[in-house]
Amino acid sequence: MFGKLSWSAIPFDQPIPLITSLIIVVVVLGVLIYTAVKGWWPYIWREWITTVDHKRIGIMYCLLGVLMLIRGFADAIMMRTQQAVAINAPGYLPAEHYNQIFSAHGTIMIFFAAMPLVIGFMNFVMPLQLGVRDVAFPTLNSVSFWLTASGALLVNVSLFIGEFARTGWLPYPPLSEAAYSPGVGVDYYLWAVQISGIGTMMTGINFVTTVLKLRCTGMGYFRMPMFCWTTLASSLIIVAVFPILTATLAMLTLDRYFGFHFFTSDAGGNPMMFMNLIWAWGHPEVYILVLPAFGIFSEIFSTFSGKPLFGYRSMVAATLFICVVSMMTWLHHFFTMGAGAAVNTAFGISTSIIAVGTGVKIYNWIFTMYGGRVRFDTPMLWSLGFIFTFVIGGMTGVLLAVPPADFIVHNSMFLVAHFHNVIVGGVVFALFAGLEYWFPKAFGFRLHEGWGKTAFWFALIGFWVTFTPLYIVGMAGMTRRLQHLDVEGWRPYMQVALIGVGILIIGAICQVIQLVVSIVQREKLRDVTGDPWDGRSLEWATPSPAPFFNFAVTPNVEGEEPYWGIKQKAIESQVLSPEPDYQPIEMPVNSGVGFYTAFFASVTGFALIWHIWWLAVLGLIGAFIAFVVLAWRDVHEYEVPAEIVAKVDRARRAAREAFLERVEREGRLAS
Amino acid sequence: MSNVDFPASVEAIRRRREEPGQAGHHDHGGPVAGAGHGDTGPATKRIIVGYGFWIFLLSDIVMFSCFFATYAVLQHATAGGPGIRQIVELPRVEWETAFLLMSSFTCGLSFAATNARNVLWTQIFLVITGLLGLGFVLLEVQEFIGLTQQGIIPQRSGFLTGFFSLVGTHGLHVSAGLLWLGTMLAQVQVKGFRREIVHRLICFNLFWHALDIVWVGIFTIVYLLGSIG
Repeated sequence: MFGKLSWSAIPFDQPIPLITSLIIVVVVLGVLIYTAVKGWWPYIWREWITTVDHKRIGIMYCLLGVLMLIRGFADAIMMRTQQAVAINAPGYLPAEHYNQIFSAHGTIMIFFAAMPLVIGFMNFVMPLQLGVRDVAFPTLNSVSFWLTASGALLVNVSLFIGEFARTGWLPYPPLSEAAYSPGVGVDYYLWAVQISGIGTMMTGINFVTTVLKLRCTGMGYFRMPMFCWTTLASSLIIVAVFPILTATLAMLTLDRYFGFHFFTSDAGGNPMMFMNLIWAWGHPEVYILVLPAFGIFSEIFSTFSGKPLFGYRSMVAATLFICVVSMMTWLHHFFTMGAGAAVNTAFGISTSIIAVGTGVKIYNWIFTMYGGRVRFDTPMLWSLGFIFTFVIGGMTGVLLAVPPADFIVHNSMFLVAHFHNVIVGGVVFALFAGLEYWFPKAFGFRLHEGWGKTAFWFALIGFWVTFTPLYIVGMAGMTRRLQHLDVEGWRPYMQVALIGVGILIIGAICQVIQLVVSIVQREKLRDVTGDPWDGRSLEWATPSPAPFFNFAVTPNVEGEEPYWGIKQKAIESQVLSPEPDYQPIEMPVNSGVGFYTAFFASVTGFALIWHIWWLAVLGLIGAFIAFVVLAWRDVHEYEVPAEIVAKVDRARRAAREAFLERVEREGRLAS
Repeated sequence: MSNVDFPASVEAIRRRREEPGQAGHHDHGGPVAGAGHGDTGPATKRIIVGYGFWIFLLSDIVMFSCFFATYAVLQHATAGGPGIRQIVELPRVEWETAFLLMSSFTCGLSFAATNARNVLWTQIFLVITGLLGLGFVLLEVQEFIGLTQQGIIPQRSGFLTGFFSLVGTHGLHVSAGLLWLGTMLAQVQVKGFRREIVHRLICFNLFWHALDIVWVGIFTIVYLLGSIG
């Protein structure tokens, strides 16, 4: 009846996961009950769960990402603590639990923290920057989000019911085959990642179509803000490589469930084929994450230097160059496979060459600041910290790209330090910078500067204190994923790294305090004009928070940096452009199909993990019915009356007029 | 709306209004409004839907290429079991190919009827398409059952894993297409040629033709080369 599921799946004998998951269950239940008591559920259902508004979906993605970032960070703290105490000692985490933790840490950080945050930003910002009212397929967008949430749910359920994979964040066979990992851990991994991966693929399709087919009038390709270019490149990579992930995971699933021989070590299976396939997805994946991060930094450097982005076209070229070459470097993840000198050399060269594109970008950002009036607000601090951190991470990457050197530090803590250096320094710093930068556009008030800057300094210093020792022990020969160490000499390094984690924890606490303080002081931090940073692209032309239809009248773009141009004209002439003739607006109607699909996907995934076949069939039928019901609806759009559009836009214009009056009153243009 | 005959001149104007940016049907003097390229503003809904579906098909073909690649890698990993030559039954494959290619043709005819806004002929050709597709799936199922009875199963060797997975993935796609086709029949019958129904018919047509292209690859690489290799 319940397949492999029984009471023994609950970890009664392991206090750490048991207590953690009990706390999580209590907190989640508490939140659900509190929301119900307050009577907020109808509002949440109507305005959030069934929404197809790209901004709200973006915000929900970011919320999911931040929650999972905390979960992944908790795993990281446990690993650092274990390695600092388990030197010639067993430590406090048994090996099978430790292995689950490092697997969960990687899986959660990449699939459920970094990806949702990156996609959240693309969702929120890109249509605003393109001057349009939504993405190409708003309902599909909602389906994508809820499928991602479904995957995240499954990963977290594994904490309480059953176990997670012990195979690392990429389940290498033959270890991940049924013969060597008979438990449900790898199955949790497979279905969670498969479900969220399908969501991501649909996001990629959605965004490529949006950028290429849905820009406002006048928004030619070479007038798009840099973030839209990087969104396009990142989405193109998603479309090209996520199908590889889907196929590869499906193959491993067939191996595990039906005894196929794709990756087994007997009967003609080929484990190295898994390494090739998974990294043909996995390497481009890091560029899926880092390209939008580059886009965020491009926006910030330009805005906070008060200058157009230096070398815009070379930036576009570098982005597309990285987009293509990212798919030609995968073999550097296993130079030790034995492909031979010629193959290794080719991939070593392609890996080094991709750094050229990144180098172009670094110089462009530096030259953007050169001669500008640089303002050191929090987003700019994260960006400067990024340049410093990322350049060093990039250089250790070029070192690893040399096959003979890679043979020595392959699979060592040096590698671990390297990719944290680029992903934390590149992606995570960008996400924090972006949160700071676009927060007022989402919620109508800025985040507290003082706490933001404090958090930045703790994060930057904490990062280096944590990972410098790991570089050193990696060079000294410490391999990754060790549950205990037997080299006494590494103890000081492990302890310094633990101190670094402590500093990072203080940074994280500062960020929480920043959020709380900002909410308390929101009236003081209110963004009245909708343009808090003196921005240059179209999202700053809207009020904060942006109305659900984004633009009362879709803009007509006449040059690069469209909003900067409009603003310059208005300040110079001291008048806004004449009030437009407001028309009713058609907006897509809400849809619960995303939520229903994800519900049935979660049920199906859980049933397949535990071999509850009848439930899996029911789940699939449910998902199919949800789609047919969606197909059957007759109303796809509703009309926003012209009066409402006019009311919202007049408020926006009043705020801008007040700004112009202040400029005049204070005589800023007089001299 | 349906079954009303208008002269071609009226039809031509209607179609140009519905899809001003239709590729290949305008003079090449530069970007056209409604096509969504250049700086002429957002594309029409029809272009957006079709374009998005093209992108999906590209991603689907990347997925198939993974199965092709694994088949190529595992082709000779027979582990002492049967090889491709013991599997290929060319007459059956020829029938399968004929069914699928014919179904693509009738699918195209159904869309011609859709363009003429003729419900009856659209439905007739969609049903024929479905029957041909069903014939293909049944032939493939029969093949798989026959092989299983001879003990030729995917669990036997890496090669058989690759073979069954590649051919089976295509078969699953065709089956999913049949399910989709069924819902399209119902939608056309109940709702007629509303805008979104026509868009879905476009997507279905693209999907069905793409499956044909994949089959041509399977036919050539697995069966034809297998029969001579």
